[in-house]
Formats: sequence, structure tokens, C-alpha cells
Amino acid sequence: MNAARPLLSVRDLRVHFPAHGSDKGVVKAVDGISFEVPVGRTVALVGESGCGKSTTAYGIIGLESVTSGSIIFDGREISRLDHQARRALATEMQIVFQDPSAALNPKMTIGESIAEPLIVQGWRKADWRKRVAELLDRVGLPTAYAERTPNALSGGQRQRVVIARALALSPKLLVLDEPVSALDVSIRSQILNLLMVLQKELGLAYLFISHDLSVVRHVADEVIVMYLGTVAERGETGVLFDHPRHPYTQALISAIPLPDPRAQRARERIILKGDLPSPFNPPAGCPFVSRCPIRIEPCDAIRPTLQPVETGTEAACLVRAPAAGPASLPAAPAKVLSA
Amino acid sequence: MAADTAARDGEPLLAIDGLSIAIAGVDVVDGVSLTARAGRILAIVGESGCGKSLTALSILRLLPKAARIVAGTIDLEGTDLLGISDDALQGIRGNRASIIFQEPIASLNPLMRVGAQVEEALILHRGLSGKEARREAVAMLASVGIPDAERRARQYPFELSGGMCQRVMIAAALICRPRLLIADEPTTALDVTIQAQILDLMKRLRDDVGTSIVIITHDMGVVAEMADDVAVMYGGRVVESGTADTVFSAPAHPYTRLLLATVPRLDGHRKEILRTIEGMVPSVDQWPQGCRFRSRCPLESDICATRPLLSPADGAGHTAACWHADRVAELV
Repeated sequence: MNAARPLLSVRDLRVHFPAHGSDKGVVKAVDGISFEVPVGRTVALVGESGCGKSTTAYGIIGLESVTSGSIIFDGREISRLDHQARRALATEMQIVFQDPSAALNPKMTIGESIAEPLIVQGWRKADWRKRVAELLDRVGLPTAYAERTPNALSGGQRQRVVIARALALSPKLLVLDEPVSALDVSIRSQILNLLMVLQKELGLAYLFISHDLSVVRHVADEVIVMYLGTVAERGETGVLFDHPRHPYTQALISAIPLPDPRAQRARERIILKGDLPSPFNPPAGCPFVSRCPIRIEPCDAIRPTLQPVETGTEAACLVRAPAAGPASLPAAPAKVLSA
Repeated sequence: MAADTAARDGEPLLAIDGLSIAIAGVDVVDGVSLTARAGRILAIVGESGCGKSLTALSILRLLPKAARIVAGTIDLEGTDLLGISDDALQGIRGNRASIIFQEPIASLNPLMRVGAQVEEALILHRGLSGKEARREAVAMLASVGIPDAERRARQYPFELSGGMCQRVMIAAALICRPRLLIADEPTTALDVTIQAQILDLMKRLRDDVGTSIVIITHDMGVVAEMADDVAVMYGGRVVESGTADTVFSAPAHPYTRLLLATVPRLDGHRKEILRTIEGMVPSVDQWPQGCRFRSRCPLESDICATRPLLSPADGAGHTAACWHADRVAELV
């Protein structure tokens, strides 16, 4: 397997929604983000509610219309496919949602739910029954569960069923939208282990959406930190967690409570002031400017672009990752407005 | 911690003793005893269905109709909370003891300005005039970190973010300077940077006002961040309790130990297969006889069919309900 070959390549993706009401603006839920997901790898989109991570995923999977930009999957542009071509693509990419209880039809048996994508693709009953048994086995459930209904299963078991259904057509890419957030703590590690094993065995690529940074650090190869529809920082997982450079990434990592009281007390915490700005009225310059502890004057007006930083990540920050070349920043060090 | 609260530190403030709560004939909370101490933060931690929220709700008699307290006492500084009249209890709620919930937006009255919701308790319990109450409410909103509090006080909940609404809830809960604040998953619905703000705020209020806090959570990170003392619940019972430092550094119950080991850690080895706890939390009508963790426990043996009681483990005040507490170190 060539790990470097991108399976999915997203370029300058924008998903804008018209705002209802008097002001007739647009909400720029995703506003120009680019990344690649290589074959067999896990790329995580992280950020807080409203950062655009789920909208990005929905744009890719075809659940939201894309405003502009390109999505290249396995060598072909898919952002403007018609309904039928999209449907055919379902064999290659699938999504797993947060809440398995909402993702399964309570009136269908587990076997019927898992078989649905196969039936849609025209599989015969004898064939899909065999495939369902294989899939149940693969996700660690007894094959007899095919006859049960979702209400007879626990949350963790239901999520296994949802994963089995997503795997039914042997996709190359799974979009995992908060796949363990709705599960009990003692169950999460079972599902994370299953996902890691499946990836290795089947060579799957994952686009992993999560707000839980401890989980993301554990499973992802690359992390993309989003804020207000843009990428604040991205990098290889180990580097990004060890040497975050964007002040938002730093605050986000420092806000994770460690399950260890002594380590927690010893740690320096960055507590951000204020809330996320309204997506109806984002700042003109850097999206993070209203909460940033290290902002300088130009941040109000200049929107930073992703630039490589010496520690190995790419960050969109005028202070920490100034663009190369003259004229992009005032020659003299700008006055720090707030420390 | 402020000097005036330090003096009272450690004295029992709230004592729950032998509490059992039944729903449809099943003891969903079974013989829970807990002590919240003055000036300290007690965390009750466990997964869904462990009985932590019912225990918290029972303190101020806020249980849903289907749930009934069948045994036990709850004592708040000498007041028998389960024995007093509804009127007497009404005099305590929001006054000597308050509660905040997970969903701030669901706890606030959508048709009332947020300032008025904070003032309510002052007018009710302290007999303040509207004008005085308004002034104190605005000051309280400012002290919980709401910028431009005077203007915000005139707004409705829908005009505020989730984090802001939770601050309003905290302001309303603390306006009468209660001795006890019960916080039921207070940050679960919030983003992580907002969670950090709210947890920080609660700790500061404990330090400044001396309010004791009982926090209910499923998140071991939140426990480590907040708690002085911890009670771990499983299957409607307390399975381990002690100071946070002891419980985290030397967990004496297999459940606690495994639960801590299943969580991916920021300093752990990436991509490694994580430790798991076998099976699932049984539903309330399917708990095994004896130790309720038995069906998932790697140390399980015949004796576990007999209910283990909380017994002393290593460390002052550290207890665990496990027949094999001396062997838990084998697990991880």
C-alpha cells in the first residue's frame, strides 16, 4: 500500500448557507479549507461546535451542497456529481454518525439494516445473508444478532452494527462523525480498538471528526484544527500535540482535563476569554482575534493563511507563523495588545 | 483557599446515609452513603445508569415521579432533608443548597429575562426589594464572568450562548451564597474551552464564597480537575471512595482501575490497542447477584456472589467494595 497517495483531496472547499431573516447575509460554515486523506490513514478534523468540521464531512459525503472548491476522490472530481453518480459513489465512501440509536431503524432487524446498502446495489438474498454474517463477525458480534432488533442491543453493540453496515459495500473511505462520543466511557475503547483493527485489516482511510482531543491523538495520523470554518493549524499528530503553535490549538490542548489530579495541578492551563464569535458576523481579520491572548494590531485586518512553522506544523497565525517574504508584516515588531 | 473557609474545611456538611431509590420495584440506587465536606469538592463519577444523577436529584427531593426513596437519610448541617415539609424544603432550595444541570438552556425560563431569574431567589429568600435584588443580580452576573452584565441581565436566554447560559445558572444558584452547590454534569453540553472556563469559575467560587460542591460527572478528566474527594458509582452503588489523589493513584476497585486504563491519555502511546472492559453496563433489571460488577470483572470468583461492602483500602478514608481489592494491581 502506498501510504502517500491521496485517496481524498479537498481543495479550498467552501460551504456557505444563506442566512434567513432580515440581514440576508451568508453563514460561511466552511470557508476555504484544504487537506488530503491518504490511503489507509486517519485524518482528524477537530474543533468546537460551529467550527465547520461536520459540515466539511457532509460536503464530502454529499449531504450538503458545496459552494465552491474541489473534492477529488480516487482521482475524480466529485463535488458536482448528479444524484445518480453520487449514489454509485456510496460503494466507496460511507459515514458513521455519533448516535447509533438514531442511525438504525428500530423496526428493522439488525440483518436487514446491515443488508440495506447491499439490497440497494441489487444483491440477491442468499448473497447478502452470507455477507451480513461475515460483517457481524468482523465487528465482533454473534451472527445470531442478525435476527434481533436494535432495542435488544446496547449502545456499543449498535455502533458495531452501524460500522458493519458502513463496511457492507467495502468502501475505501469511512467518515466517522464523533463515533464514540455518545457511548459510555467503558465502551469507547472497545469501539476505538475495533476501528483501529479494521483499518489495518481492510486498508481503510478514515476522516475522523471529533471534539475529543485525547481520542484524536490516539487514532489520527494527521490532525486539522478548525476554527470558525477555517483551518487554524494542521500537522502530523505527534508534532501537533507536542508542539502546537497556534494559540487556539494550545488552548484547546491545555483545556483537556487530564485524568490524573497531580499532573492536572502541575500543568499550566490557558483559559480563553469569551465565546466563539457569531458565524453571522465573523471578525474581518483572523477568525480567532476576539479570543486570542497574543494578538497584535494587524490581526484585526489581515486574515492569516497557513504557513509552515519551524516546529513542523502549519499554522494560520500572523504572530507565530508569519508569511515568508517582505511586506506581509510591518518591519518593526508590532505592539502586543494583550498578553 | 481563603483563610475563612480553611477553618471549616473537612467538617461534614451533607451526609447521605444508606440511600436507596426504587423505580418500578428495582433498587436503582442501593444503599448509597456519601459525605460532602465543608469547603471541599466531592465528585460522584460513573456511567449512565449507575445512579449518580438520581442520587444528586434526591438531595433536594427533585426525583422524577416514577422514582421513590425507599430507605436512607440525607442530612444537611442538621436538617433532615427527607423529613422536613415541602415548605421548609422550599426555604432551603436556592438558599442553603442549589443545583445546576447539564442543559442550561433547558433549565432557564425562556420567557423571563435572565437578570430576573437570578433575582428571584433574593426576593423570595431574602425579601429584598426589586431594585436591590437587581443590583445584586447584576453584580453576581459580572462576578461569574458575564461581560456587560447590566445589558445582559435584560436579555432572554435565547440571546445568550450555552456557556453564558450556564454562567447565568451558576449566578442564580449562588446568589444566596448557598452552603452547598450540586452540579449535575454542568459542562457536558459545553465545548472544551468553555468547559475550562466554567470549571475554573466553580473552583474560584468555592475558594471565594466557601460553597461546597457536589459535582456529578462521567468524565474522569473533570473529576481529576475538580475533585478533592471522589465516589465512584456502578450499578446503583458506591464501589469506591476516597480523596481524588488516592483514588487516581491507587484505585482499589477493579472497575475504577479499568475505567482509568481504558481512556486514551494525552501522554499514552498512540495507536496502541486500548485496554477494554468486557461486555456492557447491564440494564437495571439484569444486575448480577452480589457484586454488580461481577459479570465484567476479570477477578471474579465464587465469593463475588455475596455483596462486598465498602471496606478500608490503602490511604486515609479510602474504601472499596471488592473481595479482591488486594489483587487489583494485577489488572493493569
